Amino acid sequence: MSYLVISELQKHYDSYHALRGINLNVTEGEFLVFVGPSGCGKSTLLRTIAGLELSSGGSIELDGKDITEVASSKRDLAMVFQSYALYPHMTVADNLSFALRLAKVPDNEIQEKVRSVSASLQLDPLLDRKPKELSGGQRQRVAIGRAIVRQPKVFLFDEPLSNLDAALRVQMRLELARLHKKLGTTMIYVTHDQIEAMTLADRVVILNAGQIEQVGTPLELYRQPNNRFVAEFIGTPKMNLIDVDSFAEKDETLTLNLLNSSVTFPANRIKGSLPKAITLGIRPEHLSLVEDNGDITGRVELVEHLGSESYAHIQLSNDQMIILKASARSVLKDDDVVHINIDSSEAILFNQDDQVISIIAEGASNA
Amino acid sequence: MKRSITRLLMAPSVIMLLVWMIVPLSMTIYFSTIRYNLLYPGQNRFVGLMNYEFFVTDPGFITAVANTLILLLSALVITVVLGVMLSALIDKPFFGRSIVRVLLISPFFIMPTVNALIWKNMMMNPVYGIFAWISESLGLQPIDWLGTYPLMSVIIMVSWQWLPFAILVFVTALQSQDTEQKEAAQMDGATGWHIFRYLTIPHLARPIAVVVMIETIFLLAVFAEIFVTTGGGPGYASTNLAYLIYNQALLQYDVGVASAGGLFAVLLANIVAFFLIRAVGKNLTV
Repeated sequence: MSYLVISELQKHYDSYHALRGINLNVTEGEFLVFVGPSGCGKSTLLRTIAGLELSSGGSIELDGKDITEVASSKRDLAMVFQSYALYPHMTVADNLSFALRLAKVPDNEIQEKVRSVSASLQLDPLLDRKPKELSGGQRQRVAIGRAIVRQPKVFLFDEPLSNLDAALRVQMRLELARLHKKLGTTMIYVTHDQIEAMTLADRVVILNAGQIEQVGTPLELYRQPNNRFVAEFIGTPKMNLIDVDSFAEKDETLTLNLLNSSVTFPANRIKGSLPKAITLGIRPEHLSLVEDNGDITGRVELVEHLGSESYAHIQLSNDQMIILKASARSVLKDDDVVHINIDSSEAILFNQDDQVISIIAEGASNA
Repeated sequence: MKRSITRLLMAPSVIMLLVWMIVPLSMTIYFSTIRYNLLYPGQNRFVGLMNYEFFVTDPGFITAVANTLILLLSALVITVVLGVMLSALIDKPFFGRSIVRVLLISPFFIMPTVNALIWKNMMMNPVYGIFAWISESLGLQPIDWLGTYPLMSVIIMVSWQWLPFAILVFVTALQSQDTEQKEAAQMDGATGWHIFRYLTIPHLARPIAVVVMIETIFLLAVFAEIFVTTGGGPGYASTNLAYLIYNQALLQYDVGVASAGGLFAVLLANIVAFFLIRAVGKNLTV
């Protein structure tokens, strides 16, 4: 049973088509993350759900009720803004209780709710302060508290962590995950940071140019993207894409010829018939260094050491650059010539239209 | 060495400013303690505080002080309240907003004398003024505004003159209000009125303080509007301190009493400023 149903949602601005027919079902208690590049419409979609933007077409249904035309103040949703949008003239306590006071909740009930929220977010010592006397992280917690205290049907987050510094962001990410676990309320979260998307989401919605590219669990998107956009968008560093020069199918095996070498691929992992052209996609961690007889060879241009691992940027014989994940204490040096094996069980094949034509290997999918 | 050069270079402007302030002030103080009537030249003897006594016991004095304060407070209330409401109204985009804004601001560009003449001759004249015409069209008796309600007429003119200033400040202030805060309030279930009451008004606290202070400075010294229209009358009905001082100096030729009145006006301005700053100044420190 879907809790929030969005169907054929359209949003036109004067000369700009921001949302081009969004269809989405959200189940109750789900943590859904909208992710996509700048200008993909993810914030517009969130604001349309919130009622801060009016839709130009389509419908939004929440808990069995059509809310497409309902004013945002009556939708029973709570939103956490990127700038936190705390009320600057009110103390933290007043910020937290504002919605309850407007709703004319009895005083003792308000106090009870504010107390429990401030305790769970460690806001107790800050209750009498004004927003400008708080640090970024504290403001963030107040903004979240202000949303929680109302016990809305759905929480909406609009890039809530992007104004925080890196360390705080990791910490707040964790707190948000805990919060979702504790409250079990439906949450919709917009971010451009795919790490946040991958770590927080039950399901990720990838948006591009006002349309949904793919919806799935973080691992599904990572391992079985629908198309090249999703494959390249998810994963840091990016997936390597190598054009296949030619290919032949024989005895249930697809042989891919690339860069004067060949890679075999089980034909039963191909969906449908063979396309005209194939591009091979392989993530940096599925490339491995070998002594010799590798699938491909290349010259190391640069090695980035991250401490826990290192990434080697390698120039192939056709001048294409690929990235390979190596161990932390890799002895690779610049200008080394290296032999590389491609783990074809983790490879993804694209056709000429950038659609994925392979499915993940059986054994791997259960892993 | 370096410091003395700095001082030397600063000296001309500092001395200039000092002279600019000290000379008129000390001359006023001096004049206020001598008998100085233009009709009796050469008889300028020291009279102590007698000029002050004359001024304070003038039959128009109490009325003038009261009129000054009534004029000040009424114009402040009208400009601030109407200013906030009009600015909030024209903050939302609508067709022709820029024209409306220009029209709302434009009275500020009209000089006070012209403003007073427009009101006196075109609006409030009991025979061919627009108000009279409206009254007659409705079958009512036209009102002789300047004769019947002289102080209120002056208040209307002054408010009309200063409302644009308030609007100008408030419109600018409203533009700096964070839209996400308003959206957050909407999500919190706030209606337009709630947003205005709990977000916009507090946001405007500081601009309101600024408007009140600046207008106070100018409204304590309203003169042209009174001079051109009612001439302070009938009787003392629309005489304020500034006009009373003018009356003493240039109609009764008594510079001594006028100087004493001027110093009294300085005193009054300081008292008003003290209370106003206490009342609204706390908003400035937030």
